[in-house]
Amino acid sequence: MPYDPGDVVEVIRGPRDNAAAGTYRAFAATLKGLKMTFGRMVEGPTTISYPEEKTPVYPRFRGRHKLHRFEDTGLEKCVGCSLCAAACPADCIRVVAAENTPENRVSAGERYAAVYEINLSRCIFCGYCEIACPFDAITMGHDYEMADYNRSDLIFTKEMLLAEPLERTPLRHADE
Amino acid sequence: MTLLAEIGYFEPWWMQILKSIAIFFVVFNLVPIALIADRKVLGRFQHRYGPNRVGPFGALQPIADIGKLLFKEQFRPRTSNGWLFAIAPVISMVTAAATIAIIPFSDTVDIFGTKTGLYGVDPSIGILYAFAFGGIAFYGLMLGGWASGSKYSFLGSMRAAAQLISYEVAQGLSLLGVVMMVGSLSLVDIVNWQQTHFWMVGPQLVGFLIFMVAGFAETNRAPFDLAEADAELVGGYNTEYGGGRFAAFFAAEYLNVVVVSGLLATLFWGGWDIPFWDQPHWIEPIVVIVKMLAFVFFFIWVRATLPRLRYDQLMSFGWKILLPLATLNALVTAILVVVLD
Repeated sequence: MPYDPGDVVEVIRGPRDNAAAGTYRAFAATLKGLKMTFGRMVEGPTTISYPEEKTPVYPRFRGRHKLHRFEDTGLEKCVGCSLCAAACPADCIRVVAAENTPENRVSAGERYAAVYEINLSRCIFCGYCEIACPFDAITMGHDYEMADYNRSDLIFTKEMLLAEPLERTPLRHADE
Repeated sequence: MTLLAEIGYFEPWWMQILKSIAIFFVVFNLVPIALIADRKVLGRFQHRYGPNRVGPFGALQPIADIGKLLFKEQFRPRTSNGWLFAIAPVISMVTAAATIAIIPFSDTVDIFGTKTGLYGVDPSIGILYAFAFGGIAFYGLMLGGWASGSKYSFLGSMRAAAQLISYEVAQGLSLLGVVMMVGSLSLVDIVNWQQTHFWMVGPQLVGFLIFMVAGFAETNRAPFDLAEADAELVGGYNTEYGGGRFAAFFAAEYLNVVVVSGLLATLFWGGWDIPFWDQPHWIEPIVVIVKMLAFVFFFIWVRATLPRLRYDQLMSFGWKILLPLATLNALVTAILVVVLD
């Protein structure tokens, strides 16, 4: 049903300013505005000047991946099962497995990852690899500063993922 | 040779050259300060730092800005009008710089035995000299916009021209009160009068406010920056300019801000005078510069606060409010000067 306001529409308006009151109000409003902006200046900047200061990340922040070793034996946790590669929706993980031999023992299981590459230019940081991994061999770290000049430099090899990463990102504590 | 105006006091020729270089050096160095202050202070008003990459706290940013502009290629649109296009920024720059000459930094002082007035020149027509160059300055904007052969530049320069003409009337009238009270047009006389009596901002508060508001319009600063309303006109009269020519327009705008601040400080805030203190002469130029910088800060403060006016608001404000108010102010002052004298 269309809106029918009837014959007479009464709009209630406040009294209009005369010239003097209008000038006074405009003047007062200008002064009020000046006071407001000055107050903002006194408060100081709220900018976090990024490369020097960084916002701390939460513990569950999903940054660059890390591969892990057993602390006691130094063997790699990854057994080359390729479950992470299967779970990866962006298809950015490549795993080639090889057999452990008594002379060359790399991981704790029967097999180990001879090649383990993550193409970070494809990775969407969803964390499914971390969930899929049955041995907690791969986890998401906190590093998010991964810009590089070449795409090929963004393919991280096993050695790079195993290496202790530079602590470039401050971590936020639980109560922050 | 006929003199165009009487000069209050003049020095030997070599001192005139020396002092003009010194004054130009000092005031011209206020321009990059105004430039960096504009960006830094505006940043603080908006809860951010402003430029802080070049030099300590971004202090070298103006050098980086100007350097970048000067090393750019000079180009002009095919539709532009040859030498007019090239001369427009020169006019803007020269007229802005010429007005510096009459801002007095102190009275005549002894410099190594030579009596020297710490001002470029003290003509008896005083403030009219500033208005004359203000009138020519508008050719800079107008020719710049017109010779570009671009509709945005043209619209911008048309707005600038209309705005300058409307506000120059009110600005001139607002000063009549000061001139009548002092009885002289010379800026040195006006400051000397303020030193012996009181600052003009008291009795001429209305004149001061009108002069300041008109000064905002004259320098094309917010909230009257319609000539370069980026949202509607791309960049106004300087749309087609780049490189050194744009730098000249840019510097002229800030130089105008500095000059208007100097005029405000001189005409209404006592120039080199510090009240209730018989100050030594060496401190007087510093006092003037501090007062100028205070007004530059106020210009930035207003820019951070007020939104741009609509064009019809600008026109009706200039003609319907400022002009009658300025006329009334001159009239009342005239009556009071006659009655109280």
